[in-house]
Amino acid sequence: MAKTHVTMKVNGAEVEGLVEPRTLLVHFIRENLQLTGTHIGCETTHCGACTVDIDGMSVKSCTMFAVQAQGSDITTVEGMANADGTLSALQEGFRMMHGLQCGFCTPGMIVRAHRLLKENPSPSEQEIRMGISGNICRCTGYQNIVKAIQYASAKINGVEFREAAE
Amino acid sequence: MNDLTPTREQREAALEGMGCKRKRVEDIRFTQGKGNYVDDIKLPGMLHGDFVRSPHPHARVKKIDDSEALKVPGVLAVITAETLKTVNLAWMPTLAGDVQMVLADGKVLFQNQEVAFVVATDRYAADDGINKVMVEYEPLAPLVDPFKSMDSDAPVLREDLAGKTTGAHGPRKHHNHIFEWSVGDRELTDAAFKKAEVTIKEMISYHRTHPSPLETCQCVCAFDKIKGELTIYGTFQAPHVIRTVVSLIAKLPEQKIHVISPDIGGGFGNKVGAYPGYICAAVASIVTGKPVKWVEDRIENLTATSFARDYHMTTEIAATKDGKVTGLRVHVLADHGAFDACADPSKWPAGFFNIVTGSYDFPTAHLAVDGVYTNKAPGGVAYRCSFRVTEAAYCIERAMDILAQKLNMDPAELRLKNFIKPEQFPYHSALGWEYDSGDYHTAMRKMMETTSYAALRKEQADKRAAFKRGETREIMGLGVSFFTEIVGAGPSKNCDILGIAMFDSCEIRMHPTGAGIARMGTKSQGQGHETTWAQIIATEIGIPADNIMVEEGNTDTAPYGLGTYGSRSTPVAGAAIAMAARKIKAKAQMIAAYKLEVHEDDLEFDIDGFRVKGLPERYMSMKDICWAAYNSVPPGMEPGLEAVSYYDPPNMTYPFGAYLCVMDIDVDTGVYKVRRFYALDDCGTRINPMIIEGQVHGGLTEAFAIAMGQEIRYDETGNVVTGSFMDFFMPTAVETPHWETDFTVTPSPHHPIGAKGVGESPNVGGVPAFSNAVNDAFSFLGSRHIQMPHDFWRNWKAAKELGAVA
Repeated sequence: MAKTHVTMKVNGAEVEGLVEPRTLLVHFIRENLQLTGTHIGCETTHCGACTVDIDGMSVKSCTMFAVQAQGSDITTVEGMANADGTLSALQEGFRMMHGLQCGFCTPGMIVRAHRLLKENPSPSEQEIRMGISGNICRCTGYQNIVKAIQYASAKINGVEFREAAE
Repeated sequence: MNDLTPTREQREAALEGMGCKRKRVEDIRFTQGKGNYVDDIKLPGMLHGDFVRSPHPHARVKKIDDSEALKVPGVLAVITAETLKTVNLAWMPTLAGDVQMVLADGKVLFQNQEVAFVVATDRYAADDGINKVMVEYEPLAPLVDPFKSMDSDAPVLREDLAGKTTGAHGPRKHHNHIFEWSVGDRELTDAAFKKAEVTIKEMISYHRTHPSPLETCQCVCAFDKIKGELTIYGTFQAPHVIRTVVSLIAKLPEQKIHVISPDIGGGFGNKVGAYPGYICAAVASIVTGKPVKWVEDRIENLTATSFARDYHMTTEIAATKDGKVTGLRVHVLADHGAFDACADPSKWPAGFFNIVTGSYDFPTAHLAVDGVYTNKAPGGVAYRCSFRVTEAAYCIERAMDILAQKLNMDPAELRLKNFIKPEQFPYHSALGWEYDSGDYHTAMRKMMETTSYAALRKEQADKRAAFKRGETREIMGLGVSFFTEIVGAGPSKNCDILGIAMFDSCEIRMHPTGAGIARMGTKSQGQGHETTWAQIIATEIGIPADNIMVEEGNTDTAPYGLGTYGSRSTPVAGAAIAMAARKIKAKAQMIAAYKLEVHEDDLEFDIDGFRVKGLPERYMSMKDICWAAYNSVPPGMEPGLEAVSYYDPPNMTYPFGAYLCVMDIDVDTGVYKVRRFYALDDCGTRINPMIIEGQVHGGLTEAFAIAMGQEIRYDETGNVVTGSFMDFFMPTAVETPHWETDFTVTPSPHHPIGAKGVGESPNVGGVPAFSNAVNDAFSFLGSRHIQMPHDFWRNWKAAKELGAVA
């Protein structure tokens, strides 16, 4: 099949590649760019494990062709850490609040939560739950993911994080 | 001592040992997308394999034409049963003693069965090839309803078993019959029912569902023709078992097979068994000489690799009129699909379903299970459950509620009246188990007090009255569940997999600087073993958990183990860790005695080192002992500090818990709301409370999914109608309730650290709590038992059938 040349910015770096028109963005990211943090869980846009940030929006990269991302600015989980390599507030929050178990949904969850906090830096629990409802986690039951995002929200806003009473 | 000397508390805290909420070491890589899952593995020249699958649930395969497929650019080979026959691999043994087609051999027996394996240069080319493989089928009548499997005119599914009147577990009564498994005293139980003052009988179904971890089943097989070695990276919960199975069926020497389970994205029982994809990828690699990757997609996962449950349990309880149970009689019809690929210990065709007497003191019981074939996917696996324990817990917990309703007793009161009493442990159940320990009354009362159970019942009574007066359209249910699990398979006297006793293992090697590595026979799929195993070692030998690296999943380096499923890791491998650590500690004590110039008996262990009794200033830290182990051991002693333990548990462990679900249901829409869910778990000694709580949250969420909608459903023609996450209920953060957790601690008396296992308890106890809540809500309208799953539509339907909706 004839290949198309694509260029885009991924985690701040200009990248390019030759892809078939049908190549899914997630496969381009995982296989051409070898950024394997973005996962595939369902291939039907339900689970959100493949979530990446494209031009300021959370996008499920299993349902977008690589050619559609031509010229866009993409951030994957590999681009989430602080510039000095330390864990971001969200990554730290997930660890501190036990917001992950098998780790398979985690990259998509963190990328999604990153955008959620950009849009709403102090979300309520209900807003967080609604905000991550495109991402399925099979291990945690979400409760600690909600806390992880609350932890990050507090840290980003410079306020003390207090766990809600049970 | 001076001000800089750490206190005992500080020394203990520095270890991050058992009981502490140690943050997980795994999370550093997982939060940065640096995990290493199977699909992340890319080997030079790697090919991709994918399946042609059957659209028919039951059909003869007349012809497979791969000529057009082989013309597709990138397609290198098409493997069929005929290809596999040349290496005697067209069929493979199942863990349950049956055989299963790897690729369709003459017939297909379930929709989406594997028919041919297309090998290509990438996954897109493989898919192109699949579309060009022409398969000619002759459809046959499908058998979908297990209750019709043994009808005289039922179609013959398994022609390979023609004339076989005996299966792996005894006589077969019919061409679609697999086994009958019977346990308990039939005569005594029948007699108890004859003289019973009160009896109940109900057919309680536990529908077919699927574990569906977020990462599907997958593997990369790489055969090295020069060395004759096969390396398999796979999503295996039990890598050593896979190595042995591959060696036995592929006739490769076991030392030339390297099985590696890298990071695994959830398992929940789905990744215990061997699937056709593994065999085909291995054969494809041998044939092509190149590494071959096979990655299931979600539809394949839901429809082909295993299922769970599908137990139809006709349950009877005999009791006195004041509510003392006198007998239990259960008959189960077990739908195994096309092949019995049940992942149970070999001698247990219905797993540990004979835990069905639950937490209650039944003087007598009888259980019979009939396994049958249908035109559905093969299985079933233990979905976050220790081998049919969740079915058993659901069965008895629903039945106890039905009995309570008949007796007009409170379900909690009925349970309290029939619990095994603390002084009865170790308790011998009527169906043959020896419960190691428990204090059920304390757990139940704690649940009732914490939730203000009596007040909730009062509120329910008021709401029912208001409903009858027409003031509300909402009904309220209280779902009580008290479960006893049986985990930690298991003692070699009754548990094996293909003849291998179900021990587990740990090897600890300490390095000179006071660090070490622990290698395990288990394999975490999210349970956090790298964190918790180190905590056990930290407490046992006084080396900080941060200094212990835990390695799992490489069969070349790990001691042989039976893997992680059935909540067995802590009960079995956790014990092996403690025993290996104690061997290290015993040698360390000898080294310390030599260095401190005293007799070993004059030393006592003190948090992180040994101290001379009565002379507290004479002390040697474990860190220093590690160093000494490599340069100044006592004369005659071998240098080094390492130990291995293979632990054969003397008994299972029996975690238990008391759960309560408070639910409101709108009768006009069937929409439910879980107002409150309280889960008290007793898993004995608690190694990491943070991880335990996380496990309980996750298990409850799966229980919620299963009870309230998650189903693998077939239509009457054998089509799977729940084949993707569009139709298969996967709760998101919006639907998932808030979880409230609590605990009591009743240590296991036979486990070295008293731990019992917890990962599966919330699934086992959670399902009956949800279902009992729904049933309790509807009971005052005259219903006795509504089958799961309780989705909105079924709730509305129930309300309509009960006359609550016009």
